[in-house]
Amino acid sequence: MIPVGFDYERPDSVDGALALLAERGEDAKILAGGHSLLPVMKLRLAAPELVIDIGRIAELRYIRVDGDEVAIGAGTRHHDLEASAEIAAEVPLLGAVARTVGDPQVRHRGTIGGSLAHADPASDLPAAVLALGGTVVLRSPRGERSVPITDFYTGVFSTVMEPDELVVEIRVPRTGTAGWAYEKFTRRANDWAIVGVAVVDGRVGLVNMGQTPLRASATEAALAGGASIDEAAALAAEGTDPPADLAGTKAYRAHLARVLTKRALTTAQG
Amino acid sequence: MSIMGTRVVRTEDPQFLSRGATYTDDLIDERLTGALHLTLVRSPLAHARITAIDVEEARKAPGVAAVITGADIDLPAALLFPGADKNMVRSWLAADKVRFVGEPVVAVLTEEAYQGQDAADLVEIDYDPLPAVIDLRAAATDEVLLFEDAGTNTSNGMGLDDAFDENFFDGCDVVVTKEIVNQRVAAASLETRAASAVWGGDGRLTLWCSTQAAQGAKAEVAGWLGVEADLVHVITPDVGGGFGAKIGADPEFAVVAWLAKHTGRPVRWNETRSENMTGMVQGRAQLQTFTIGGTKDGKVLAYRLDVLQDAGAYPRLGAVLPMFTRMMAPGVYDIPKVESRARILVTNTTSIAAYRGAGRPEATAAIERAMDMFALEIGMDAAEVRRRNLIQPDQFPFTTKGGAPYDSGEYEKALDMVLEASGYTGLRAEQKRRREAGEVVQLGIGVSVFVEITGGGAFSEDASVQVHPDGTVTVLTGTSPHGQGHATAWAMLANEHLGIPIDKITVKHGDTDLIPRGSGTMGSRSLQTGGVAVYKAAGELVELAKQRAADLLEANVDDLEVVEGRVGVKGTDKGVTLAELAGKEELKVDSVFDSGAPTFPFGAHVAVVELDTESGKAVVDKIITVDDAGPVLNPLLCEGQRHGGIAQGISQALLEEVVYDEDGNPLTATFADYGFPSAAELPSFTLLDMATPTHLNPLGVKGIGEAGTIGATPAVQSAVVDAVSHLGVRHIDMPASPLRVWEAIEAARSEGGAPIDTARSTS
Ligand SMILES: Cc1cc2nc3c(=O)[nH]c(=O)nc-3n(C[C@H](O)[C@H](O)[C@H](O)COP(=O)(O)OP(=O)(O)OC[C@H]3O[C@@H](n4cnc5c(N)ncnc54)[C@H](O)[C@@H]3O)c2cc1C
Repeated sequence: MIPVGFDYERPDSVDGALALLAERGEDAKILAGGHSLLPVMKLRLAAPELVIDIGRIAELRYIRVDGDEVAIGAGTRHHDLEASAEIAAEVPLLGAVARTVGDPQVRHRGTIGGSLAHADPASDLPAAVLALGGTVVLRSPRGERSVPITDFYTGVFSTVMEPDELVVEIRVPRTGTAGWAYEKFTRRANDWAIVGVAVVDGRVGLVNMGQTPLRASATEAALAGGASIDEAAALAAEGTDPPADLAGTKAYRAHLARVLTKRALTTAQG
Repeated sequence: MSIMGTRVVRTEDPQFLSRGATYTDDLIDERLTGALHLTLVRSPLAHARITAIDVEEARKAPGVAAVITGADIDLPAALLFPGADKNMVRSWLAADKVRFVGEPVVAVLTEEAYQGQDAADLVEIDYDPLPAVIDLRAAATDEVLLFEDAGTNTSNGMGLDDAFDENFFDGCDVVVTKEIVNQRVAAASLETRAASAVWGGDGRLTLWCSTQAAQGAKAEVAGWLGVEADLVHVITPDVGGGFGAKIGADPEFAVVAWLAKHTGRPVRWNETRSENMTGMVQGRAQLQTFTIGGTKDGKVLAYRLDVLQDAGAYPRLGAVLPMFTRMMAPGVYDIPKVESRARILVTNTTSIAAYRGAGRPEATAAIERAMDMFALEIGMDAAEVRRRNLIQPDQFPFTTKGGAPYDSGEYEKALDMVLEASGYTGLRAEQKRRREAGEVVQLGIGVSVFVEITGGGAFSEDASVQVHPDGTVTVLTGTSPHGQGHATAWAMLANEHLGIPIDKITVKHGDTDLIPRGSGTMGSRSLQTGGVAVYKAAGELVELAKQRAADLLEANVDDLEVVEGRVGVKGTDKGVTLAELAGKEELKVDSVFDSGAPTFPFGAHVAVVELDTESGKAVVDKIITVDDAGPVLNPLLCEGQRHGGIAQGISQALLEEVVYDEDGNPLTATFADYGFPSAAELPSFTLLDMATPTHLNPLGVKGIGEAGTIGATPAVQSAVVDAVSHLGVRHIDMPASPLRVWEAIEAARSEGGAPIDTARSTS
């Protein structure tokens, strides 16, 4: 459980981090909360030559209402989301989803930027941001670009990010009082989701139902076409390709997606 | 005033909670100054021939003092369980062949611990993979052999020579047979394994290690190293849990000791969690086939149990556990005919040894599933079927058809207590309502009645009690606490005779120079052997003190009494303190207590689960238990043991399982993948009190350490099946994960959901 040796830098600004990335991006890894990166380094599944710790960059940790959107700094911790009054009022789904991540220790270290960048299809927050129709803001010495979350993921643990890019912000629409719900199915309280379903304003995000977080498009289309919840939920697994592992077969995950979607839609309807 | 039976708070806790414990890896001891750190390179393959090992690059890595392979170690490979096939020996470091993922192959010694893994990564080992044998039935075919010289994968057998009686179930109206799995689980003690060794100028080895039995570890390590036992001094620092997996020594301890000798320097070793999850022995791992037969009115007439026991790659204690499973096969029931046999097989997996209950939970799980399936078949309530077959109080002492000499028991009373406290009739009514309403969340009610053996391994234990001139007391015990609270409990027992407050009594254990004889802590044996030995020694010390005081006080021994640490002449103020007597002449008694036989604690559990029939997830809502281990010395400690046991029992039923793929790769080697429970998965426990003494020791006590595990597992498993039995489900193997439950419901549906009589009689 001792990682391969590495260099360590702790820049105190985004510019500092970007400069280091520009110089050694290919060999470097960003360390935010460390709760995904450090376990893989300890198991020696990852061995970056340089670790760039952005965990103490204050300018990355904020939650701001900005027009029709809420802007969240990439360094915002899961716990910040669950405790935030702005989030509770403007995007309650996000606070509720953050509350289901791991245990209190994990939530006090893990960041939304890290969670999105890590691109684990079993993570909770990416599917929530997907259901919300959010945007990921990336910055590099070459400038800044906004990538809709629908275009962000390319596969398991992979995104459109370039080696010199940093996630600096996540923007999500203010959904206010629109109906929402999150159904996370686990064996143990602190586990990762076997399947999760995030619903907000008629949009449905799926956790752990494919290579990336997914939208249940068939369900969404059916709902938009006036289908009942039962009818729409029955389509939740269409077009998905869930993993098979000890916790669930593909068939079981597809079944769970339908059951959880029905429950989430029912809750969201209020 | 006696403090026996009261909730004395644990005297060990202030240190554990403030300064912290000192585990083997925390030791700061000048004898270990300059120690080398051991990192083991372990096999990534389950079954393979080693064709080449290249350690040259590793030798050049920073901080490396030595890199050792199996060829360097001049110790003969060891048979780790004497009853196994003589060819099933384990090398200290594998040289020709590896037989499980995690088997040590190369030892790397570095100046600093952190340098070890870097050097280990440079070791190059070429393997020629062989087909892995994981499945027990496949192992039994002997098509692929783990040990070619043995010519078989059977390590040993029990009752295999006699064929089962063809007419065994004649006269039964109903016969039910079923193959069930008692799955492999990991002990997952929070402290992983650790050992440190140094050889002194006097040629003696000092070995610190995390173990449940220092004296046993000493004998094993001395034997493995081929040195006189007197040359080995084992010291047990604090131990962070064992659950049976730390009984005696592990082969790695001998490697640590050998390396210390070879290098002439102290050596320290502490494994990682991932190593622990493949390297430390695991538990259970039986494939059982039971057949039960009886009359339509619920009388069981015959029971047969056929066991395949997985021994893992190298037979260890697991190879003997089916002995207990066979002995306890009929459980609490008076069954006229019982037969059983067991075949113990090697597979390309981690070795199996004791795990909380060790052989008895497996017996209970089988008979309790059998009773449930028999009840379903005849359409009778599960509790009622049990009641009709229980051994009655006036039948004790009772020797079962499994050959177990039960000492005492009141099984029906225990069953009645849990049924009543659970509101059983009301629960069944609520269940009926939900079934009729077709609700998504169904109620499942599971009942188990159990009996087990405690102190079944070693009946005798040593103790010594000494009063010092300053009024303090030292108790030496051969038991080996690792969470149980012996420092508190044994002090209470000494206090009972001496009247000296427990804060003046120090309990010492686990140092073989100080305490040469002892059998350690396992099989719930400690109180009924070691505790009674302390009680007896303190009583004898009081008698000795009276003899000496009689001369001094010119009084008759019969006129003397010991009160609050002072021998006084009754009705006068004449007296002398035990401390004063100790000042004149050493005041110490060594004693041994031998119970001559094990005791048989028992109990009954009712588990209630809420089961979501759409997702398959079962949550334990309530568990109500009687765990009768005779009179209770300290309810706080006793309840703690029950809580831990019940938690582990529920966890085996619902969560835990060590899984291998067909190539023998462990799929549950981290805590992210292994279903270790947390408080959030458990309900509050309802513990009912019942105390039936044994005649086998003066305190009337039995063991409590494993009871919860034994009763809770079948109760919870049964409750899960019960919640969906109206859908046609008859059995679900453990752990009853949401996936398994859902698949069972689906399978029952597609078979047309064989309707059963839901109008059960209630009792
Ligand atoms: C015990 C445990 C339980 C957990 N349970 C859950 C759970 O139930 N649900 C869940 O969703 N997650 C869970 N997690 C994961 C947790 O939420 C992680 O913290 C999160 O996924 C990653 O966030 P982090 O800040 O820790 O990222 P890090 O581990 O620091 O980094 C993760 C990856 O993202 C990259 N990265 C981080 N920040 C940025 C950035 N700003 N720009 C570009 N790249 C970046 C890193 O280089 C790295 O590759 C669990 C973790 C643990 C240890």
